[in-house]
Amino acid sequence: MAGGTEANAGLLYNGPDWDYRLVRRAFDAIERIAVDEMGLEPYPSQVEVISSEQMLDAYSSMGMPLFYRHWSFGKHFARDEMLYRKGMTGLAYEIVINSNPCLCYIMEENTMTMQTLVMAHAAFGHGHFFRNNQLFREWTDAESILDYLDFAKRYIADCEERHGHAAVERVLDAAHALMSHGVHRYPRPRPLNLMRELERERERQRFEESSFNDLWRTLPRRGPDEDRSDPDLDARQRHLGLPEENLLYFLEKHAPRLAPWQREVLRIVRLVAQYFYPQRQTKVMNEGCATSVHYAIMTRLHETGQITDGAFMEFLHSHTSVVFQPEFDDPRYSGINPYALGFGILKDLERICTAPTEEDRRWFPDIAGNQDALGTWKTAWAEYRDESFILQFLSPRLMREWRLFSVLDDTDADAMEVEAIHDESGFRAVRRALANHYDLARHEPDIQVVDVDLAADRHLILEHRVVDGRRLEAGNTRMVLRHLANLWGYPVTLVEVDAASEHELNRYQAIAPDRTVP
Amino acid sequence: MVNIIDRRLNPKDKSLANRQRFVRRAKRQILDAVRDASARRRISDVGQQGEESISIPADGLQEPSFRKGGGAGVRRHVVPGNKEYQAGDRIPRPDGGEGGAGPGGGSPDGEGEDEFRFSISRDEFLDLFFENLELPDLARTELSRVEQDGVRRAGYSVSGSPATLNLTRTMRRSLSRRLALHRPRREEILELDREIDRLERSGKDPERLRELVQERERLSRRSRLIPYIDPIDLRFNRFVPTPRPISQAVMFCLMDVSGSMTEDMKDLAKRFFMLLYLFLERRYRHVEIVFIRHTHIAQEVDEETFFYSRETGGTLVSPALDEMDRVVRERYPPDDWNIYAAQASDGDNTPQDNPAVIERMERTILPVCRYFAYIEVSGERGRGGVTDLWMVYERIARSGHPLAMRQVRRRGDIFPVFRDLFTPAELRS
Repeated sequence: MAGGTEANAGLLYNGPDWDYRLVRRAFDAIERIAVDEMGLEPYPSQVEVISSEQMLDAYSSMGMPLFYRHWSFGKHFARDEMLYRKGMTGLAYEIVINSNPCLCYIMEENTMTMQTLVMAHAAFGHGHFFRNNQLFREWTDAESILDYLDFAKRYIADCEERHGHAAVERVLDAAHALMSHGVHRYPRPRPLNLMRELERERERQRFEESSFNDLWRTLPRRGPDEDRSDPDLDARQRHLGLPEENLLYFLEKHAPRLAPWQREVLRIVRLVAQYFYPQRQTKVMNEGCATSVHYAIMTRLHETGQITDGAFMEFLHSHTSVVFQPEFDDPRYSGINPYALGFGILKDLERICTAPTEEDRRWFPDIAGNQDALGTWKTAWAEYRDESFILQFLSPRLMREWRLFSVLDDTDADAMEVEAIHDESGFRAVRRALANHYDLARHEPDIQVVDVDLAADRHLILEHRVVDGRRLEAGNTRMVLRHLANLWGYPVTLVEVDAASEHELNRYQAIAPDRTVP
Repeated sequence: MVNIIDRRLNPKDKSLANRQRFVRRAKRQILDAVRDASARRRISDVGQQGEESISIPADGLQEPSFRKGGGAGVRRHVVPGNKEYQAGDRIPRPDGGEGGAGPGGGSPDGEGEDEFRFSISRDEFLDLFFENLELPDLARTELSRVEQDGVRRAGYSVSGSPATLNLTRTMRRSLSRRLALHRPRREEILELDREIDRLERSGKDPERLRELVQERERLSRRSRLIPYIDPIDLRFNRFVPTPRPISQAVMFCLMDVSGSMTEDMKDLAKRFFMLLYLFLERRYRHVEIVFIRHTHIAQEVDEETFFYSRETGGTLVSPALDEMDRVVRERYPPDDWNIYAAQASDGDNTPQDNPAVIERMERTILPVCRYFAYIEVSGERGRGGVTDLWMVYERIARSGHPLAMRQVRRRGDIFPVFRDLFTPAELRS
């Protein structure tokens, strides 16, 4: 058996203190298990030791080792630092970055056991997920993200120098406000290669600087009093690629009054948003994957006598607190813990593969008892995102164990209603409802650019398709629309339309750009 | 092979630039908060080392995004830990409609948007506090009197006193001269002497001996002619006299502690002194404070006594000025010290004393002061009328002396007054 040789290797370390030799040794031992035995395929890693202060620094720039400058990051840092200093929050044990090589930050305060756990978790768990999951493969470019961020940082610093802090800040503020609507949700044919994107952007700019903006040259001459059933609507929409849900993309391509550098800044924010989009869609799976991997590796290290019983206990202690899920009436409850859910489903999947019950065979006929838990995991990690993963793999048994139930809260009714519980008739409904929680497309308001009033005042018209009667929060919406209008340069109107009945529910009429903005 | 890199020694404060952007952005709010803080707190807190925790309204600091509101609509919460519910049960809605359930509601980043709390360092606090504040006429006085003679190294010269001889330079020049002129080395001559000695003893080869003696003669002549150190080798350190700014200041706090000054008024005065101290401390390397309190008599006291002990008596201002003059003469020669004075009073003065006050101010006090600030505190229910002392000082100020005067009623007034007093004229709107 493969573990035979390792068993003789003896203890990797003893005691809580770590040094580079021990870390390297532990890493090699983990790598043997993860790659040789489990067949994981992570990116090569680079382990970096940082202090708690640097961890705080990393927090404030979305965990990236380098990022452009913006006041909001300073704000987050000020808040995190305060919370941390007062002992209200702890810091993460690690940060891992989807890049090639995969950067893993480990904190100097950790014990040797924690360093081992963290490396197994981040370098191999997350590393494997980043490299193999479909969404990451399609949408992110681990090879060049760091280069791109370096470019972005320098580009924006350059803009600040050339156009002033205030001007750059205005564009960044507006772009950040639209960031959640700056992603392509549905695949386009070409994979992103950020390095090439960079080159293409330069070309595009040169071209656009040398040519006239096509959008306004082809402005049709018509009277302003035409009715709304516009025969040219189709043509216009086709021309502008409408409806468009990626607001940043639309503005970057079509906003008439932006300078080239402003478009480039929008583009940077958009690409960053797109880079993080898969992470937001795979929180449960990603953490589940990493947690299961570290659990398997640490157990194996213990089995082969490479870590002491004490170290294993220490590991179990922190592992159980990571995957702890309080119940809803517990004061500690603050939503469903993605670590717990991901780990729970994967562990249950393992059980279904190796020791299925009758119920499992009925629910999961294609995988129950296939005796290949690891293979099933790998398929799941590669092919799914949170929503589909839960929809596919959350088993009745786990729902029973967690005693999950779904509550319908309709503000028109005078009380909430228990819609389904963990019983035969409710499994599917509960699972469906839980999966929907992780569907970002449902979770985030569906807002699209639907039309531009080319005939009159270049009015931009957006539409929010209201689902379940959930309208936008008014204060925020007005602020975002003002940002949007500043970028567009002309008034913006947002119409909220009920998706089911097509009735107009609400309207933010003609939010005009600030006068001071050129 | 995995790379393990120690990043702990990387430069810290990577986010400093972001922080500066943030502080710049929130400047107005932070300034307001700082002003509030100075009004609300005890004096001793304001200047304390360490961090200041302030809370600013999040206005203008929000990061808005399109998000669904908490109001009407249909939500589904899936939660763990069912105990007794069956499908179809109805649960009364908890207050607030959310029940802490589900990720559906609340702001997504879990952050209250009304107030934003964070800490700023003392330096940041003070920088904001004193932004744009300049001592009046500092430029003018810099030319005339914020200076003192000193000396500064200024290269080398060929003449000077032996004490300033620069040995290194001198020896270097001496060495190069000796090499250039082929001054015989001492070892060479000694070697020759030994050789001559040997030949003399042996008595052989007199021809060679004669040659050597001549050679010896020639060498010693040469080494006499080419001295080891020549006057042209000498180099001296050169010093030039140069004006140097005086980096020390003394601040006189004068306060009327007679019965008419209430605790409230004293508190206001304290605040003003405190601010002045903080301000001077940032400008000068070394700041001393002299506290002079007065009733009808004046005395120099320590800080504790100045602020906290009670004294009764009449009100005469001129003794305080005399006392200040005495202290200046004794310990703070105006040539070495930048002298600032701040006087707080409720404006009372015995009318007979007024001519004496004018005389002393114009003759002795104002000529040595860089700046004299007069704060008239009048308490919450201030009379609002014009006081004796105010009129007197107004007359002095009109004749162009460095005297500034303001009235203060409330704690909140202190900071604006302070700013106003010390804002350079060109920035005043």
